[in-house]
Amino acid sequence: MQSKRALFPNNGLPYLLLAPQLIVTIIFFLWPAGQAVLSSFQRQDPFGLKVTFVWFDNYQRLLRSGVYLHSLGVTAIFAISVAVLAMGLALILAAAVSRALKLGRFYTTLLVWPYAVAPAAVGLLWWFMFNPSVGILSYVIRAVFHYDWNHRLHDTDAMILIVVSAVWKQISYNFLFFVAGMASVPQSLTEAAALDGAGPVHRFWTVIFPLIAPTTFFLTMINITYAMFDTFPIVDTTTSGGPNQATNILVYKVYADGFLGLDLGSSAAQSVLLMIIVVTLTVIQFCAVERETRT
Amino acid sequence: MQQQGMVEKSPLLDVLTHAVLIVGEAVVVFPVWLAFVASTRIDSDFLTGVVPMLPGPHLLDNFGALLSAGNSTAGAPPFAAMLLNSLIMALLIAVGKIAISITSAFAIVYFRFPGRVLCFWAIFITLMLPVEVRIVPTFKVVADLGMLNSYPGLVIPLIASATATFLFRQVFLTIPDELAEAARVDGAGALRFFWDILIPLSRTNIAALFVVLFVYGWNQYLWPLLITTDPKYYTVVMGIKRLATVLDGDTQWNLVMAGTILAALPPVLVIIVMQRLFVKGLIETEK
Repeated sequence: MQSKRALFPNNGLPYLLLAPQLIVTIIFFLWPAGQAVLSSFQRQDPFGLKVTFVWFDNYQRLLRSGVYLHSLGVTAIFAISVAVLAMGLALILAAAVSRALKLGRFYTTLLVWPYAVAPAAVGLLWWFMFNPSVGILSYVIRAVFHYDWNHRLHDTDAMILIVVSAVWKQISYNFLFFVAGMASVPQSLTEAAALDGAGPVHRFWTVIFPLIAPTTFFLTMINITYAMFDTFPIVDTTTSGGPNQATNILVYKVYADGFLGLDLGSSAAQSVLLMIIVVTLTVIQFCAVERETRT
Repeated sequence: MQQQGMVEKSPLLDVLTHAVLIVGEAVVVFPVWLAFVASTRIDSDFLTGVVPMLPGPHLLDNFGALLSAGNSTAGAPPFAAMLLNSLIMALLIAVGKIAISITSAFAIVYFRFPGRVLCFWAIFITLMLPVEVRIVPTFKVVADLGMLNSYPGLVIPLIASATATFLFRQVFLTIPDELAEAARVDGAGALRFFWDILIPLSRTNIAALFVVLFVYGWNQYLWPLLITTDPKYYTVVMGIKRLATVLDGDTQWNLVMAGTILAALPPVLVIIVMQRLFVKGLIETEK
């Protein structure tokens, strides 16, 4: 691990400096995570009086339960849709802004603020617009497509509602990273391509896009993590996982089973499976960054 | 921005560029415009079935009612109190995360001691344990410590920060060794060097990080939802859900949207006013 040549003598001070962070980490991160692992191997009776050790029973029940596998599928569809749409739209906007010369800054200011809107508020904004009785969008859909939009009854409508909300919020984040990535592409390369007769669109795909591949990869991981874990408030304020589990993504299910359903063993096993997913995503990202900085 | 060197002019593409941006802006702004319009209306305006598109005259009534009285039928306390709670929570989270991360980074970069690598990994691991995946046991720890319905309960479990620690580590590694050597020759202790040299040199990084962390703290939803049952400690972001959860037929859209605007506005203003710092903070923390 990198460090300094000029060091201060160790007189106990470093432990004092690290103590607050370590204490918080141990009490509120490592200990609960350990507890989750432990109770994932246990079953508690509904009154919390008796705890039995059941080995992998909670996991086996989960992986055999149609509801859990369905939730896994719903999460995959949700995460992929959010990542593809939020990144695609952001890429188009970023490419446009880097062409927009003087107005670029102005457009940027107008595009970045959704990042700061709380996900819970984002959910309510779109819940209002898609509301079957007063929402403007459900009204337009009814008038133009003669489709009776109702995210409380139709699975697909509910999924579209949470995807649109999550994408709307995430575009500004992706946009900023794409703009930063494009700004670091050397001017000389695009100019050389232009002199060779490559048009602007061709230049974008053959010069700029390959050069911002690290940004694209990084954003893919971030967007999947965002869709899987940070969208809890959006689901809670719009669909609450319904109808018929259609939007019951994994984080929402952990919460619902643990706090509303009080199925603690199952909720703990779900927590552990989620941790494994986060660890995998983090390791993939970390290895990629390491390789990047080494070359 | 600096594309004067570009060889060709392409009017068609210029038009397309601006068209794309204007449509993009419109899509981004439209939901907020509708919310604003709704917040200026009275509830009977929503009975006709189509949402009004232009503002009405009730802006001050709606916001005034929410700020001072809240909404008793929906069980939402006065918004002024919830906004204050959110402000306290966001400030304490931002300051706390920066304080404990900057000291951790200082220890890891400028000292050599047994257990150093272990500490580094313990902090790194928090990256992989978002509160959403370990909610039940974390809730239990906080309950056992008697921290439900309290500001420490809202703040402390969230202030460990691997990203902030790594950011400061990165900043310190770029600071020349000669500075620490000079400080030592002058007889300055480690803490003196930290206060007089490291902190002033990291000022912009601290400010940039503060903006990002303030937004993070303000927008917390699940955690305050779990650990507060006493309305005295409700934050505004979790409070707006209560406005909306009255039976759908009776939803007072004007108040729900006014509440949503109140909850969303402060962090939005912060990043618009401090856009440069915000972009710097955002891009740096993800490195």
